[in-house]
Amino acid sequence: MEKFTVLTATAAPLNMANVDTDKIIPAKFLKTIKRTGLGKDLFSALRYNEDGSEKPDFVLNQPKYRGAKILIAGENFGCGSSREHAPWALLDFGITCVIAPSFADIFHGNCFKNGILPIALPPEICAELMADAALGPNARLTIDLENQVVVRPDGSKIPFEVDAFRKHCLLNGLDDIGLTLAHAPAITAYEARQPAWQPAITGV
Amino acid sequence: MTARTLFDKIWDAHVVDRMGDGTCVLYIDRHLVHEVTSPQAFEGLRLAGRRVRRTDATIAVADHNVPTEDRSHGIAEPESRLQVDTLVRNVADFGVPYIPVTDARQGIVHIIGPEQGLSLPGMTIVCGDSHTSTHGAMGALAFGIGTSEVEHVLATQTLLQKPAKNMLVRVDGALPPGCTAKDIILAIIGKIGTAGGTGHVIEYAGNAITALDMAGRMTVCNMSIEAGARAGLIAPDETTFSYIAGRPYAPKGEAFDQAVAYWRTLPTDEGAHYDKIVVLDAGDIVPQVTWGTSPEAVAPITGTVPDPAAEPDDTRRAQLQRMLDYMGLAAGQKLAGLAVDVVFIGSCTNARIEDLRAAAAIAAGKHVAQNVRALVVPGSGLVKAQAEHEGLDKIFLDAGFEWREAGCSMCLGMNPDKLTAGQRCASTSNRNFEGRQGPGGRTHLLSPAMAAAAAVTGALIDVRELA
Repeated sequence: MEKFTVLTATAAPLNMANVDTDKIIPAKFLKTIKRTGLGKDLFSALRYNEDGSEKPDFVLNQPKYRGAKILIAGENFGCGSSREHAPWALLDFGITCVIAPSFADIFHGNCFKNGILPIALPPEICAELMADAALGPNARLTIDLENQVVVRPDGSKIPFEVDAFRKHCLLNGLDDIGLTLAHAPAITAYEARQPAWQPAITGV
Repeated sequence: MTARTLFDKIWDAHVVDRMGDGTCVLYIDRHLVHEVTSPQAFEGLRLAGRRVRRTDATIAVADHNVPTEDRSHGIAEPESRLQVDTLVRNVADFGVPYIPVTDARQGIVHIIGPEQGLSLPGMTIVCGDSHTSTHGAMGALAFGIGTSEVEHVLATQTLLQKPAKNMLVRVDGALPPGCTAKDIILAIIGKIGTAGGTGHVIEYAGNAITALDMAGRMTVCNMSIEAGARAGLIAPDETTFSYIAGRPYAPKGEAFDQAVAYWRTLPTDEGAHYDKIVVLDAGDIVPQVTWGTSPEAVAPITGTVPDPAAEPDDTRRAQLQRMLDYMGLAAGQKLAGLAVDVVFIGSCTNARIEDLRAAAAIAAGKHVAQNVRALVVPGSGLVKAQAEHEGLDKIFLDAGFEWREAGCSMCLGMNPDKLTAGQRCASTSNRNFEGRQGPGGRTHLLSPAMAAAAAVTGALIDVRELA
């Protein structure tokens, strides 16, 4: 996983609430057996016409947002399925930070596993950032994870909360599995205590 | 000792280790694996030279991509075939138990877990699918995970998690005739919204819940994710124990007695704390149907489509208007009488034998309306066999329904069963998102009986009018 430290980039405004994972990446694109290559299908139904041509009005099709690395969205972003293809598609497009008033739980957790920082901020602050984002590359935002601040184009700083453990993993690009395997003796000890009635799956 | 909830007890029993900041290493008892969210996880294991820690706690099945017609010749669509073939190769390479597509036990992963006795009370159960919450009906902590977590569980049999908050949804009273578990959960989502349970695990309680059979409880818990909750669960009781007894992978004999003795300790203690409590009166529930592109956009079948002009908030008003435009509906329009093109009876929400019986009871002696395509897709090969044993297949076929093989089918656009743009579908599935059942498709979520009623009349209708 790539480290996330400081990001200065254009932010794209997507002023929609309840952006579900089917909207982020429709099911027909989940047939891949790879993590990469989904960026072209990100927001597919919003981004393309049926004939495959781009919808020029959609925010990520506008020239000023094609290089956006930050997305500002409405409440309950990422609701719906557990598909990690949603953060994979965002990442493959180049987006590594999503700011919204709230996130669905599974999507929120999946972001951290892929070097994407989801930031929840109050709706009125998201509205201000949405206004900044409307200015395009003239108003880039800086996300400083170490200091937990979003720096607006005018230099003002907005603090944000992030889980300490997840922050540590993002800052250092750490793989969870490696961390957990340090607890292997405790896992083995736990397994030895499991009740005898708990059936094993054998002979399927 | 402090009074604890059902969730607290299951959580506490599975904490392997604690990190300084409250993150826990949580042990996972059952890991259900399917073809869509696992290829990258197995690839990750391969790249790191890791093995599956507990193949005897893991089971795999293909469900999302499988066609629901004759599949003795395999899967025609190359990408779907590759994904299922990849699963077959991975389970062989890593020694994971697997139920093949042609096996009578094959079916939707959330149907076969309880059916096989693999999902038991007090367990932690995960799967790379958000509807894993279904298994909470057994009195288990069951939740969906992403692919990185699938890999994590395969490698370590644990997850790194912080405990969720406790939420109680109590449904009191008796459910009126014509109403089902599906109407209960749709009414709950309508009340608390699609983010109402975010950060929480919902425990469903109250006599309207305990009166439900296991199939109904699974329907309720299944859609917990549509209320934003990480999981939903119901305290195990005699209904649960008698459902489990004798199932293939359930404990037997003395082991079963020991298990039941433990399961009886799981229900929430008197005075335990819930962070959030919601109460509904079952007597107020009428058959529900969704009108929009979010499960919270739901109304009684006796109701009308809301008017966006009445919404003061700009963003919400725009969202409402977008829903109506997508759904091809006008403000104030009555839901009853809305003509449908397709009826889908199936999915992990409503494809158990009890669901098929409810639909067949409405379909019996009637015929699917002209210009309506109606599909019945059993949740597993065993549900299909049971239905055929009971003659339900004949009822459906005589009435002009399609009778298909088990799979996720038209719940999501990953296999040949899809809506085409503009088609309106009465569906027993769980999500009505834009394009969920196929690009441009319009989904109305409802119960199996309501779906069958729509099939035979050609329009959304209050099932109580047919009773």
